[in-house]
Amino acid sequence: MFGQLMHRKFSVAALATLAFLVSASAFAITADPKLADPAQEARAVALSRELRCLVCQNQSIEDSNATLAQDLRIIVRERIAAGESDQQVKQFIVARYGDWVLLNPPFNARTILLWTGPALLLFVALGGMGLYYRRSKREIAVAAPVAPLSSDEQKRLGQLLKDGG
Amino acid sequence: MKLKTFFPLAVFALIALALGIGLYLNPRIIPSALIGKPAPTFALPAVKGRTAGFSTADLKGGEPVLVNVFASWCVPCRVEHPLLMDLAKKGVTIFGLNQRDAQGGEWLDEFGDPYKRTGDDRNGRTSIDWGVYGVPETFIITGDGHIACKHIGPVMPNDIRDKLLPALADLKAKGTTDKCSAS
Repeated sequence: MFGQLMHRKFSVAALATLAFLVSASAFAITADPKLADPAQEARAVALSRELRCLVCQNQSIEDSNATLAQDLRIIVRERIAAGESDQQVKQFIVARYGDWVLLNPPFNARTILLWTGPALLLFVALGGMGLYYRRSKREIAVAAPVAPLSSDEQKRLGQLLKDGG
Repeated sequence: MKLKTFFPLAVFALIALALGIGLYLNPRIIPSALIGKPAPTFALPAVKGRTAGFSTADLKGGEPVLVNVFASWCVPCRVEHPLLMDLAKKGVTIFGLNQRDAQGGEWLDEFGDPYKRTGDDRNGRTSIDWGVYGVPETFIITGDGHIACKHIGPVMPNDIRDKLLPALADLKAKGTTDKCSAS
């Protein structure tokens, strides 16, 4: 009885999960006309994932339901169907909306700091660390050797140790 | 205390300053890719009840003008509309780009028409050519049909005072302007 109940609960959860996954993937391309050629359609989807939706800025146009995103998805498909390369389609959109629409920003004069920044910071940090260690090592080497204890000091040390024990 | 002690503090202050400035930037405002470029080539039919359409040639009249993207379904457009009426009365030439809207003509009949000509961009393609991503948007166009500035969102009185009018005056006087980034 209990086992049966568990079993049913599990299948309900599985069904719900399945339904969610199916609907989530169906959401991505609501009622858009698809390209007949599956290879071209795959290119259109891949390209749309790389283009930022300008209305809901952290989504790609593939994921967004905004009218503009829908229009841009249609434009991407029209251009692919017309035989343009991925690069040409991207250029068409970038010419209108700027590099900003590319979720993967290009490497150019304006983005050089964006791309090299992390490596640059790491380099500076490693350099600073190296310098710090070299200096502290030299300071230890330079420090005068400790003079041996005099007989008076030896006697006091013995006394202190005995008292402490 | 050595100067070196303050080094981490200085680095922290620098990063905090950069992040602090970033925090106050408006992420909704995306720089236009079309500034300084000629206005896109287009030819739109007139909106319902009007005869004059709107095309690229209209922007090469020698005088700097405004191009305002609007729609009857756009709430902020209602807010800026009386200000555009005011501007038109003051003699500023404004062209209308009516985006994805079947009721543009009725809207202009009801609230007044500040536009010299209005193009019916029913499918939104011309707006995309202009790099429009929201409505309303307003472009300032040079006398020879180049895009000088783009204002995103409704035009407010301070935008007119600090940006639109000074930029138009600049363009009229010397053909260029540096007032686009104001306000």
